[in-house]
Amino acid sequence: MSQEITIDANYRMPEPVRVGEETGSLTRVFQQLIFTVDHKKLGLMYIGAGLLFFVIAGFLAALMRMQLAFPNNHFLPPDVFNQSFTMHGTTMVFLVGMPLAFGFANYLVPLMIGARDMAFPRLNAFGFWVFFFSGLFLYFSYIGAPGLYAAGSAPDAGWFAYSPLTAKAFSRGHSTDYWTLSLLLGGVGSVATALNILVTVFCMRCPGMTLGRLPIFVWCMVVLSFLVILALPCLSACQIMISLDRYLGAKFFDTQAGGDAVLWQHFFWIFGHPEVYILIMPAFAITSEVIPVFSRKPIFGYPIMVAAVVAIAFISLGVWAHHMFCVGMVSLANAFFVTSTLLVSVPTGIKIFNWLATMYGGKLRFELPLIFCIGFLFQFLIAGLTGVMLAVAPFTWQLSDSYFVVAHFHYILIGGLLFTIFAGIYYWYPKAFGKMPDYKLGLWHFALFSIGFHMTFLPQHFLGFLGMPRRIYTYQDGRGWDTMNLISTIGVAIQAAGILFFVYNLIYSYFWGKKSGDDPWDAWTLEWATTSPPPEYNFAKFPVVKSRRPLWDAKHPEDPDWKHE
Amino acid sequence: MSPIRSYISGFLKPFIPTATASFLLFAPGAASFAAEPEASPSSEIHRIADIFAPLSRPAELLLEPTYLVLLICLGIFIVVMGVLVYVLIKFRPRGPEDHLEEPPQVYGSYNIEMAWTVIPCLIVFVLVLVSARSIVEIQDQPMPEDALKIRLIGHQWWWEVQYPDLGIITANEIHVPVSSKNGPPRPTHIILESADVIHSFWVPQLAGKTDLVPNRVNHTWIEPFKTGVFLGNCAEYCGTQHANMLLRVIVQTPEDFQKWVENQKQLPSEPKDAIAIQGKKDFYDLSCVSCHKIDSTPAEGVFGPDLTKFAIRQTLGAGVAANTAENLHAWLVDPDALKPGCYMPDMKLSPQQLDSLVAYLQTLK
Repeated sequence: MSQEITIDANYRMPEPVRVGEETGSLTRVFQQLIFTVDHKKLGLMYIGAGLLFFVIAGFLAALMRMQLAFPNNHFLPPDVFNQSFTMHGTTMVFLVGMPLAFGFANYLVPLMIGARDMAFPRLNAFGFWVFFFSGLFLYFSYIGAPGLYAAGSAPDAGWFAYSPLTAKAFSRGHSTDYWTLSLLLGGVGSVATALNILVTVFCMRCPGMTLGRLPIFVWCMVVLSFLVILALPCLSACQIMISLDRYLGAKFFDTQAGGDAVLWQHFFWIFGHPEVYILIMPAFAITSEVIPVFSRKPIFGYPIMVAAVVAIAFISLGVWAHHMFCVGMVSLANAFFVTSTLLVSVPTGIKIFNWLATMYGGKLRFELPLIFCIGFLFQFLIAGLTGVMLAVAPFTWQLSDSYFVVAHFHYILIGGLLFTIFAGIYYWYPKAFGKMPDYKLGLWHFALFSIGFHMTFLPQHFLGFLGMPRRIYTYQDGRGWDTMNLISTIGVAIQAAGILFFVYNLIYSYFWGKKSGDDPWDAWTLEWATTSPPPEYNFAKFPVVKSRRPLWDAKHPEDPDWKHE
Repeated sequence: MSPIRSYISGFLKPFIPTATASFLLFAPGAASFAAEPEASPSSEIHRIADIFAPLSRPAELLLEPTYLVLLICLGIFIVVMGVLVYVLIKFRPRGPEDHLEEPPQVYGSYNIEMAWTVIPCLIVFVLVLVSARSIVEIQDQPMPEDALKIRLIGHQWWWEVQYPDLGIITANEIHVPVSSKNGPPRPTHIILESADVIHSFWVPQLAGKTDLVPNRVNHTWIEPFKTGVFLGNCAEYCGTQHANMLLRVIVQTPEDFQKWVENQKQLPSEPKDAIAIQGKKDFYDLSCVSCHKIDSTPAEGVFGPDLTKFAIRQTLGAGVAANTAENLHAWLVDPDALKPGCYMPDMKLSPQQLDSLVAYLQTLK
């Protein structure tokens, strides 16, 4: 490697040689997006597509909340409501959560490990387009699914599609086929991308970047990729089995022909529970980058933080049946899954404590990324504790499939994941576009979205305590549910206002934001060692790192990190 | 309850949104129902299905680990939130010059990390033991030989209720005798099955959920301490009308329950009004009989609910409306209007047929 260079106090990034610069015309930009194999463009496309689907699925959620605002409401008919929550769930998990994770991984992993691109750039583009078309395919069901039988349009069996609701007898038309084929297709893309991330991290690290020096962000993405590779094929197998059931007379799950409905639940949740940790991994990843930088301290207990992520992923492979405490498993099995589920709380707790310990003794800078991460800590703590409650099977006999569960996982996925996604977007926005996101607009976004979020989901815990099951399109008055449902619906409007500020901020800052420079946050990982936005080849010369915080070493030659690690 | 249990629950009660607290906080409208004069204590409707106000033994037993885990979580929440708030205040930015110098760089601490690994492990250990005992205590509770047996079969979107030992079949309402905390236990053993997709039995004040799974036989039990009507929903998504698959458990004094049983065993009296007689004829001429059953008549259908004692049931269409002549009329005109997507067809009845059928069905007592 003849181009090695050590990053020290005198290191300056050479002026980038710009290759293939956009010439401005819209067709040219589109052409570049379609043909690109650049990991940064693909990363942004993943994030953009994820946010697009987020808005669509959020719209579906708003429709459902409007229907539930009042008892005996007639805003949505039951079939439309059922389609809405099915599409909302499927979209949020497969077309929002995972693409956002892959988007961040794509953009940042090569930069953070000092590589010039992903290991397989074409496979990367393939993964994105397969994902994108699987999403379009799923939504095409609104038009295409009635099929010959004219029964049903969008999928309506719920995102976990419990058999036998997906059997021919209960799901006529082609709505379920759109669901299975779309997820089968998406699964291919996800596995391809996960494989790509793994190969990139294991084969393309810059000199000196040992596994023990990887930023925790990269570690989380490695763990996420392993989980994708282990879990997604189970889902694909599920989809193939449903299709065999529906079209080739197999009898896996078809109870009318002696199949087993509980078998589906086992198969699905063996995929489904690791999937939950796949979705939360970006939150761990982003928080572990943002909190140290804005506390001005290294992450507290790097080795145990990495071990905790790995442990969470490992344990998550053995907890699936806590989704099934009510299906009538024997008491021994229930007790086993109580144990394994509660064990997850140990490494999760370690992560929260270590983030707090990182902030402790630091000098906090309340910039937008840190503010969103503090929101995350608060909400993730609540979500974690309600998760502990849900692990206790006897409690879950009451709470399972109630609004308490809805509140719990929205605290994880919105309060946890989405808040850190916002933190991540604000944190790396200067890197991607060279402009600072507007602070005031960001504060408005945080305030409105937090208030709306808690208004929407906090009352849902209590609705669960009062016996409201999830997935009901209507309810009768007089059961103590009316007021809390109304509050919950009003919260959605406030969240939507927050999202408007967010979108406006992205657009406003792109055109009129302050120039950010290459390293606006005074951060320490390698992505900040190149220009903002980075050139297509990322690094003109491969950096050489000696510690977990290469830019700290460069900025503080008197007390570099490698002396302490 | 053991002293420890009652201590824990006593300590936590104020923090838990009981029915009362929920009334004050969130449901002022519901108070009007409580104020309604009740015909008799045994017909009181417990509308607020608060899991923290259990009125049955299994629902009460499961509160023991519940209160423990709530207590632990509350403690953790207070401690961690306290630390977070302290950190945010103590280490907040102080003036513009504050950032000129970096704070001391701390990389970790073996002892501290060890502490917050081991302590959660101990908490988990306690929770596992308590949960496991509670699971066995509730789930593997042996049923006495003479326990009342009910076979509950889920259908899209109604409940079939059979009393195999008593030879009774009804729908959407479970009648059981009340038990008492001090007297001999009088539990009801419920056998759960499904005719089509997965449903779930959930009457929050009586017991936690257990699913009704096709091709499987599940079990649960209730032992209510108070008479009245308890409301429950199907708790597993089961298709279009999942929301209106409501269940009522009517807990009666042993005497009232016995009266109900005697009545169920008798055939309904023959209609006497001309219009009801015409209605009976219509019932058998039309295709009602293909789906519905009335004992000792040619109506032998089993696809829909058994109608033998239809008129004493409280609701129509699995709880979608009260069982009144008016609602029944509307239901027969177009079931889809009350319960969109349900499998009862609109029979295109003439106004005369409607009136006569309503009159006849109301004689089925």
